[in-house]
Parts: sequence; C-alpha cells; structure tokens
Amino acid sequence: MALSIVHRATGIALYVGTLLLAWWLIAAASGPSAYASVQAFTGSFFGKLIVFGYTWALMHHMLSGIRHFVWDLGYGFKANEREALTWAALIGGIVLTVLIWIIAYAIGGGR
Amino acid sequence: MTYSESHGSPKPPSMRTPLGRVRNLGAAHSGTTDFWRQRITGVAMTLLIVPVLVVILTLVGRNHAGAAQILGSLPIAIILLLFIIASIWHMKIGMQVVIEDYVHSEKLKLASIMANNFFCVAVALASIYALLKLSSGV
Repeated sequence: MALSIVHRATGIALYVGTLLLAWWLIAAASGPSAYASVQAFTGSFFGKLIVFGYTWALMHHMLSGIRHFVWDLGYGFKANEREALTWAALIGGIVLTVLIWIIAYAIGGGR
Repeated sequence: MTYSESHGSPKPPSMRTPLGRVRNLGAAHSGTTDFWRQRITGVAMTLLIVPVLVVILTLVGRNHAGAAQILGSLPIAIILLLFIIASIWHMKIGMQVVIEDYVHSEKLKLASIMANNFFCVAVALASIYALLKLSSGV
C-alpha cells in the first residue's frame, strides 16, 4: 500500500480547505447577508461536494495520522500490522465521513 | 573543534566536540522542535475532533442569528479557538515539510516558506478575530 502520499495529499487539501472554515467564521461575524452567501455556497451541489471532500480528507488524515503515531511509538511495523493499520485508516475514514453526513442530514436536511 | 577555530582566534578553542555542537539541533538549527509540535498539535486535534464535530453539526441548517448566538457562547468559542490554533500550527509545519521535500531552488524555497507563513498567520488571525468578535457580541 502506498498510502503515505494520500496522507500528504489530504493534508494539502485541508490546508486549502481552511479558507472555507475562515470564510464561514468571518461571515458569521460579519452579518446575515455574508452568512447567507456561505450557506448558498455550502447548500449548492458544488459546495456540498467540496464540504463532503473536506470531511473525508479530515477524517482520513486524522486516522492516517493516528497510524503514524502508532509507528512513532514503535509499534505496528510487521507487514500484516502495517496492512491492517492502513486499511483501518482507509475504511475508517470513509465510514466516519458517511456517518457524519448521515447525522448532518438527520439534523438539518444537509448543508 | 575545527581547524579555523583553533588557529587565529583570540578565544581559547572550544572544548565542545563537533558532535556536541550539532546534537539535538541538526540542519534546521531548531532540532526536533517542529517534529514534536507537529505531534502535539495532531494529538490536540484528535482529542478536540468530537466536540468540534458536535459544534459544527449543531450549526447545520441554522440561520445567521442562531449560528452567531451558538458561536458566541464561551465554551464553544474556546473549543473552536483551540482547534484553530492547533490545526493552523499543524498545517504550517506540514506544508513546510512538503515545500522542503519538493522545492529545491533555494530562492523559490525561501519564498514558498515565507508565503506559507503569511498564509497561515493570516488565516489564523482572521479566524480568531472572527470568533472573538462573535464572543463580544458586537
């Protein structure tokens, strides 16, 4: 498995995605019209796609990062353990992303 | 002790060995500081992710007035501030590692690292300022 490059790619995506988080907070601090334009974006198909991608990048990067913590501590270096950790990060990231979006839809009918 | 230090210098030669001078510092002259901070901020975000997700999911579908009220509450603002500080610190270090890995022209590398710092400080300051403004209720 060559998943370390995915860790790096999701990291770069999250770096750019921080702009979305900053825009959202600035809009909330600015007023109703600015906030409405953020909601118009996050409510659009393209916006939802971006936020969904951002959610997955965050979840995958977190789990993949935990995998790196395990290695930093000196565990999980056997071939089968490496494979297991990598698959856990890959599948776990997708599962958590879908779970978060199910909850989001249950609460507010999606963003 | 190097040749240049032992000759022509009025000071007595250093007793430190070359290994002693570089140990724990390395080429970056700051040693493992960034490596360690990358781990600290990573653990911090992992601990904060559940409360942060709860906050964001609570805000789904709310209008400006509702969102501003929730974001302005003290515990929520503190959770988000901690997460923002950890994440932007983390991504600043991470992007610097990426730049150092791929950008080999010295001038372009320095410019990229500088741009990375500017971007991260600007995003951090804007986000923090927005949250403080929401907290003050102005």
